[in-house]
Amino acid sequence: MTDHPDHSHLSDSELRVRALESLLVDKGLVDPAALDAIVDTYENKVGPRNGARVVARAWVDADFKQWLLRDGTAAIDSLGYTSTQGADIVVLENTAKVHNLTVCTLCSCYPWAVLGLPPAWYKSFPYRSRAVKDPRGVLLEFGQDIADDVEVRVWDSTAEVRYLVLPERPAGTADMTEDALAELVTRNSMIGTDRLGEA
Amino acid sequence: MDGIHDMGGMDGFGPIPIEQDEPVFHAPWEGRVWALNSALGALGKWNIDAGRYTMEQLDPALYLQSIYYQRWLYRTENILIAHDMVTRAELDTPPEQRKVEKQGQGQALSVEEIFARQRQARSARVDMAVEAQFKAGDKVRARNIHPKGHTRLPRYVRGKAGVIDRDHGVFIFPDTNAVFAGKKPQHLYSVQFSAREIWGPDAAAADKVYVDMWDDYLEVS
Repeated sequence: MTDHPDHSHLSDSELRVRALESLLVDKGLVDPAALDAIVDTYENKVGPRNGARVVARAWVDADFKQWLLRDGTAAIDSLGYTSTQGADIVVLENTAKVHNLTVCTLCSCYPWAVLGLPPAWYKSFPYRSRAVKDPRGVLLEFGQDIADDVEVRVWDSTAEVRYLVLPERPAGTADMTEDALAELVTRNSMIGTDRLGEA
Repeated sequence: MDGIHDMGGMDGFGPIPIEQDEPVFHAPWEGRVWALNSALGALGKWNIDAGRYTMEQLDPALYLQSIYYQRWLYRTENILIAHDMVTRAELDTPPEQRKVEKQGQGQALSVEEIFARQRQARSARVDMAVEAQFKAGDKVRARNIHPKGHTRLPRYVRGKAGVIDRDHGVFIFPDTNAVFAGKKPQHLYSVQFSAREIWGPDAAAADKVYVDMWDDYLEVS
């Protein structure tokens, strides 16, 4: 019922995908070497480390942060993280009084360029159905108890704009380098299902 | 269409399946489905809205019982059939018994070309001067409409009153683009709704829901 792998179906799916790929290769419509390279790109080259570097830069460079919040697409372009998906990106700043959460209730829209492909839970029916209606309950499932005086803003990605959360910089990190800060940034903190504790 | 994909606000799906250290793909076939989708999409025979519409038209029971990449597999088969690129009979015939004509001479793209085309298709922004019907701060209402075809107006927000948070600029309108009936470029906005306006008094007073909406989805409130 959810996106948990159903092992009884896996072999059927595998056979069906092989048949489809073989047919499309025979027809000259796809090149298997290109498919290999695409899989390799998503498994090894794009991922949430890109987003973490954007966040760390914003934490150490006030001018970059202002640019990022004003024109996320251009600021992220400047770091070179738009190789596989050209998309408009809007960056949402978390503060002590505002917590942002992103979802795609209609399908699985996600900022691939900075976070890679989404985790299975992001694409699951429980998350898609409840994030807009009960965000505080959803956040509790991720171990985040949001205080009553914090405003929760949920962003439903219904168009071709992609949303990235800029998490709060953890306390106690004033002396850390940009590279070390990037290590603190979790994928979920950039989706909005995690808040970063003290370093 | 008021389809099974439009899940915002539904109950009953259980806890969120959070997995520690999950792989990008849980099995090699999932990666192949994703790669096939990227390579075929880059051929330009359809657009992202048509692809989504095809997904939404999967049998609702099949949609619910399939995992993510199974749905992508079924969607890909269906859209290839709809565009006369394969037939169901070809898909059902074992490869060793099949004889196919090469129809895609020179069409199979390199990975560089696939990613270049994805970058060029940069979102759905249209470089065209179109008058905006609303501006930031305007009070609006999501129209209570139930299009039979593709739409990106979720059910949970229809009829609800909100405020224009920001104007994203001019974008392709998915409802027409999905059926190749024109791009109908118009302004796209982020619209802010109070959580209580949508979900009633049980929602936290200060919480908000933001939905991206085109001019055609909105009316003056």
